Amino acid sequence: MAVGLKRKDLLGIQDLTVEEVGLILDTATSMKEIASRDIKKVPTLRGKTIINLFYEPSTRTRTSFEIAGKWMSADVVNISTAGSSVVKGESLKDTGLTLQAMHPDIVVIRHPVAGAPKLLAGYLRASVINAGDGAHEHPTQALLDLFTIRERRGTLQGLKAAIVGDIVHSRVARSNIFAMQKVGMQVRVCGPATMLPRYLDRLGVEVYKRIEPAIADVDVIMMLRVQLERQGAGLFPTLREYSKLFGLNLDRLKAAKQDVLIMHPGPINRGVEIAPEVADGPYSLILNQVENGLAIRMALLYLLAGGPAGANS
Amino acid sequence: MRILIEGGRVIDPANTVDDVLDVLIEDGRIAAVGPSRSARDAAPPDRVLDARGKVVCPGFVDLHVHLREPGREDKETIATGTRAAARGGFTTVCCMPNTSPVNDNQSVTEFILDRARREGSVNVFPVGAITKGQQGAELAEIGELVRAGCVAISDDGKPVMNAEIMRRALEYAGMFGVPVIQHAEDLHLTGTGVMHEGLVSTELGMRGIPAASEAVIVARDLLLTELTGGRYHVAHITTAEALRLVRDGKAKGLKVTCEVCPHHFALTDEAVRTFSTNAKMSPPLRSARHVEAIKAGLRDGTIDAIATDHAPHTIQEKEQEFDYAPNGIIGLETAFGLTITVLVEGEVLSLSQAIARLTCEPARVFNLPKGTLAVGADADVTIVDPTREWVVDVKRFASKSRNSPFHGWKMRGEVLATIVGGKVVWELEG
Repeated sequence: MAVGLKRKDLLGIQDLTVEEVGLILDTATSMKEIASRDIKKVPTLRGKTIINLFYEPSTRTRTSFEIAGKWMSADVVNISTAGSSVVKGESLKDTGLTLQAMHPDIVVIRHPVAGAPKLLAGYLRASVINAGDGAHEHPTQALLDLFTIRERRGTLQGLKAAIVGDIVHSRVARSNIFAMQKVGMQVRVCGPATMLPRYLDRLGVEVYKRIEPAIADVDVIMMLRVQLERQGAGLFPTLREYSKLFGLNLDRLKAAKQDVLIMHPGPINRGVEIAPEVADGPYSLILNQVENGLAIRMALLYLLAGGPAGANS
Repeated sequence: MRILIEGGRVIDPANTVDDVLDVLIEDGRIAAVGPSRSARDAAPPDRVLDARGKVVCPGFVDLHVHLREPGREDKETIATGTRAAARGGFTTVCCMPNTSPVNDNQSVTEFILDRARREGSVNVFPVGAITKGQQGAELAEIGELVRAGCVAISDDGKPVMNAEIMRRALEYAGMFGVPVIQHAEDLHLTGTGVMHEGLVSTELGMRGIPAASEAVIVARDLLLTELTGGRYHVAHITTAEALRLVRDGKAKGLKVTCEVCPHHFALTDEAVRTFSTNAKMSPPLRSARHVEAIKAGLRDGTIDAIATDHAPHTIQEKEQEFDYAPNGIIGLETAFGLTITVLVEGEVLSLSQAIARLTCEPARVFNLPKGTLAVGADADVTIVDPTREWVVDVKRFASKSRNSPFHGWKMRGEVLATIVGGKVVWELEG
């Protein structure tokens, strides 16, 4: 029996109900098993076409969507706009209409502008999955993060998480804030004052400008990458100072819970926001996140395009 | 040509008139305004407009429109823009100089006036640039611009960021008695922002423009206005902080005025949640707190005029990703409806006060001999029904462009006829 998401597109966590989040996580649990098989192939999406349309660079997300599609027997096409007519100035609308004329079932888009996936979804009959739009949302990341926490802790309700880093520019932070609150977790954010967006407290998030109190007695610490470009914009003086004030190292971890989970969406800047010993240490779930990304993406591709009835009707 | 407008409720705030009266127009001027039937008895008019149950007021004056000609005739022309003005009840528009080429010299001013004379439906008064090419570096030939017909100067689209240039502009323009209009924003604080910095921008992860961006420039400019004794007008004011500064400046006797756009009192930054680019303009839609301050500013007279900042853009330009779409929406054909629906029905202003903000107050700000139905004045008259309900359909607009967030809105307050210089330039069918 087909149990699909009753929606055409996955544009953001904010749109999802807590039941839909549960459905995606539960479906991912059964998908995860495929990775441990000798022959990583199921026929679920045979005959379906998936196009990955990436306007920004990506290692994890793109590879993981590609592998997820291929393991499920779909035909997967990757378009990286640098090598496409987008460099000739072709608009998102025309790109969308052109792709639609080739009858894809799913288009996965990553784009530097918030709202671009929604704009594209309006032009496509195909399902659109947001793989990251500007600093707005990265819903599949938040879903795999929740999945990873639930896998370790068994439950999500009541857990405390601290997200540390350049919150204002982070779609991972936003999607995680929305996702964690949706499932009943308490969320803290931490970063320099210049990198904390205003009014976060109105969303029920606790805001910290020092890392030590932020990570004290939380169950999950999620570190975010700090970009050098932000230095030029007057948001902080140097990576050196950032690392001294906000970097997660073994010493700082002493203030956290004994069995705290360390997470990072990647790519990591070793030695900047996270010390190598922490990234490679026993409580780091960074590589589990990557593995779970595959399961979550297989689950989503299935829920949007798979099954006898599909979900697009 | 004699036109008699019969039996309407004449609201003419310039002359403190609000009564059921007849208006007689002769040879392009107001010949008489008097009790019903008195004017008709004198000599038979060529045309009688039955205004019973309707409101008759001076034609509206819009201090801020972008007619896009010369240069971007694909978005709008003087012909289509003035037709849109007429449809909206506006009989006078002041067009901004950010054309291509920029209106920073008499030739462009003369071109605009010539085009308007030949193809325009309403009066057009050009606004000249403050600086050459609107580059903010050197003063434009303001004397020549005024001589050629400009009624104010502005680098609108952009602020004058250099305080010294702003000071000199206020001093220099003072010689010609024209106001300096500032598009008030600090470009550094604005940065790459695309919407108001607030809770909504935090949730959407979009770069925000803080209210302070507008307020710091207004604060600076008011000090310069005090220093120079010049006339300063804040274009499209949007923030509580800037309004507070203007209020204080007026109390101190500074020659400061300001205008507000209908979209800034009809919408908040919540409109951006749909990512519709018709919610993208500069200055941006602000949060509810600022909209409340705008309404208070209209009520207490801090805000002098309602102006549209009519900003046409082609469909394909607005159909882009939010960050890439140009700023602005059209507004001439929805201004009156929004004014009635939001301000009058919302009990912010009485009908008479609202009409003042559209007529004599803007005229006063730019010293224009308009916005009045005094005997001898130009016969620029608008007939409206402030109670009539209608639904906005952008496909029926006279503007060449369609970028309006109000498509589908139920409005109250419809323009029925517009008369410019004694000629009926537009009438609603039926």
